[in-house]
Amino acid sequence: MSSIPVSTQVDPTWRLPHRGVVGMACLIVAESAIFLIFVVAYIYYIGKSLSGPTPAQVLELPILGTICLLSSSITVHFAVSALRKAKVREATRGVAGTILLGAIFLMMTAREWYFLIHDVGLTIKTNLFGTTFYSLVGLHATHVVVGLIMLTVAFTLLLRGRVNERHAEKLEVLSLYWHFVDGVWVVVFLVVYVLGR
Amino acid sequence: MTNGHPVLEAIDQTVEARRRPRMDVVYGWVSTVDHKKIGLMYIVYALIFLVIAGLQAMLMRIQLAVPNNHFVSPQVFNRLFTMHGTTMVFFVGMPILFGFGNYLVPLMIGARDMAFPRLNAFSFWISAFGGFLLYFSHLGGDGLYGAGSAPDVGWFAYAPLTAKVFSPGHSTDYWTLAILLSGIGSTGTAVNIVTTAMCMRCRGMRLSRMPLFVWLMVVSSGIVFVAVSPLTAAQIMLTIDRYLGGHFFDTQAGGSAVLWMHFFWIFGHPEVYVLVLPAFGFVNEIIPVFSRKAIFGYPAMVAASVGIGFISLSVWAHHMFTVGMGPAGNTFFVFATMVISVPTGIKIFNWLATLWGGKIIFKVPMMFCIAFLFQFLVAGLTGIMLSAAPFNWQLSASYFVVAHFHYVLVGAILTALFGAFYYWYPKVTGRLMSEGLGQWHFWLFIVGFHLTFDFMHVPGLLGMPRRIYTYEAGRGWEWWNLIVGIGALFQTAGILCFVWNMVRSYYRGEIAGHDPWDAWTLEWSTPSPPPSYNFAVEPTVFSRRPLWDLKHPEDQDVNYE
Repeated sequence: MSSIPVSTQVDPTWRLPHRGVVGMACLIVAESAIFLIFVVAYIYYIGKSLSGPTPAQVLELPILGTICLLSSSITVHFAVSALRKAKVREATRGVAGTILLGAIFLMMTAREWYFLIHDVGLTIKTNLFGTTFYSLVGLHATHVVVGLIMLTVAFTLLLRGRVNERHAEKLEVLSLYWHFVDGVWVVVFLVVYVLGR
Repeated sequence: MTNGHPVLEAIDQTVEARRRPRMDVVYGWVSTVDHKKIGLMYIVYALIFLVIAGLQAMLMRIQLAVPNNHFVSPQVFNRLFTMHGTTMVFFVGMPILFGFGNYLVPLMIGARDMAFPRLNAFSFWISAFGGFLLYFSHLGGDGLYGAGSAPDVGWFAYAPLTAKVFSPGHSTDYWTLAILLSGIGSTGTAVNIVTTAMCMRCRGMRLSRMPLFVWLMVVSSGIVFVAVSPLTAAQIMLTIDRYLGGHFFDTQAGGSAVLWMHFFWIFGHPEVYVLVLPAFGFVNEIIPVFSRKAIFGYPAMVAASVGIGFISLSVWAHHMFTVGMGPAGNTFFVFATMVISVPTGIKIFNWLATLWGGKIIFKVPMMFCIAFLFQFLVAGLTGIMLSAAPFNWQLSASYFVVAHFHYVLVGAILTALFGAFYYWYPKVTGRLMSEGLGQWHFWLFIVGFHLTFDFMHVPGLLGMPRRIYTYEAGRGWEWWNLIVGIGALFQTAGILCFVWNMVRSYYRGEIAGHDPWDAWTLEWSTPSPPPSYNFAVEPTVFSRRPLWDLKHPEDQDVNYE
């Protein structure tokens, strides 16, 4: 009973999905659920604030930030496909562009918050709009910051020449996260700046 | 390697016996990334909390055993039921099942470790830290305001009771942060389990050959993603309310208390399935082995599990019928809740069909599984009763509900867990647990369980609300509560037998060998306890029961699947 005759039934090309991609996909599902709850709370409380200011009075469409963030999805995609083809220089440029565009987005958010807090006087305490706005947009911005930190690590490693085409799948996992953060922004943009105004 | 190696060649005979200095052993456990050690730490940690939360239950039963009792104060009683519920769900149920998942999933799919070993260690320690933080509230909960020592807002912590004005001090914050941390740990482990099952299977282990326990851990982890995350989100909101002056659940500023209820139960109900699906997994592995038959209806079992996973996400508001959601909402949640009994019924029939015509061996693991079948059926039936909105209006927040969900948690989940302990203990320690002590454990516990939870339905029907710290004599509740308390004593005696059995068997139990139950899944092909790398050579499988194929080359499963 010690051995089974070697069988040809087992597929010789036994391939399983890359674990980084699967793990990131799972994390994205879980994170989506967190964002979903914040989005539901935001929509539920639209127009329920007992005092001003209202979104229509104070919110401006963040066009430039949105364009930057959405284009950063393209640059990170280029970085991954360049690294797959072992073009480390182009990959480095793609990652650098992504970091730059993400940083511009963050700056735009910071300027918006400065305007709201300093000039308008809207804080998280002011009313339900303030509570839901800062927590939803802030949760997204936190994810952007985390993404930027990881991209910066990747960028540093790329500059030092510690990255080659074998790491393409790792960069792809990071890019999946970045695409997710961008996708969430589309939802946040529609809910907060279009539907909510 | 392209053609693979048969399973038994994968066994490595090395035995490690060298004694190491004590600090090295401690360091080894604290710094380990081995899925088996992490799994064991999860289980031991959960067992310690099981004892603590069990003692809390005993204190509550002493308080309620006779009317007008003053054994504990109302304030302490509030803390007791809050800590009991929170501990049992987050620091007993989740970690013990994840512990089994951690230990068994890689062994069952022929892998050497989880997909992300370091994430695994991180998840365990962050969950463990959450548990310690919850109990640190006994020391730190006083805070600046001198109010409260442990959380006392109930395990579902309805708003606005949790607002800073109604719950001053820091006890509620300990509760919030403990659950937040445990949620992070649970999500990390769930990511790990799904990724391990998807990406680490040995050659030939297609998804259609994966042991059902692994399938159920995958479905359970899938529910964790979409159910625990809403709770995490809600706890972030609560913290924003309490610390930054937000208004999410602040009814004075237009916030909604009902929104918290929705967010909590969007987590709370699927959580029941997170806990019960691994228990189904244990039963799926134990019943076939002790019936000497392959599981009946493997594809139906998988489909039913996935179905339960999806339907469980659309039933949460049956906890909220008394809130007044209107006829449309009520009707939807009544039907959604009743629909979930269909896949569950399929599972019960499949287990019965597995038993049918089998050569049933009544060892202790099997006895617990048979008890599970009966008790889970009753728990499901009272669940269908409570899913009918008019009946629910009558009995919501009564002891009938308490009896119902303890029937699920104790009668189904804990009972199946005991079976799992007896079944896999020899694999983990290399020694069998004592059959005699196991019988004592089984009968004491089952008698105690039925005394407690069968009779607990009655005061509920007689109108006894949950969470009251005492009651007047003469309402017809006294005798029922006394019987419930006596049942708790029997259960405690049973648990003591169990603990003694585990300790004693570790030193003096019968040597188990690789495969004491003549079982079929891959974990039984390695030595007991398995070496740190699990399999010396990656195994190759050809059917759902690789060890059956090895033992019965003349009648291999692969011919029938």
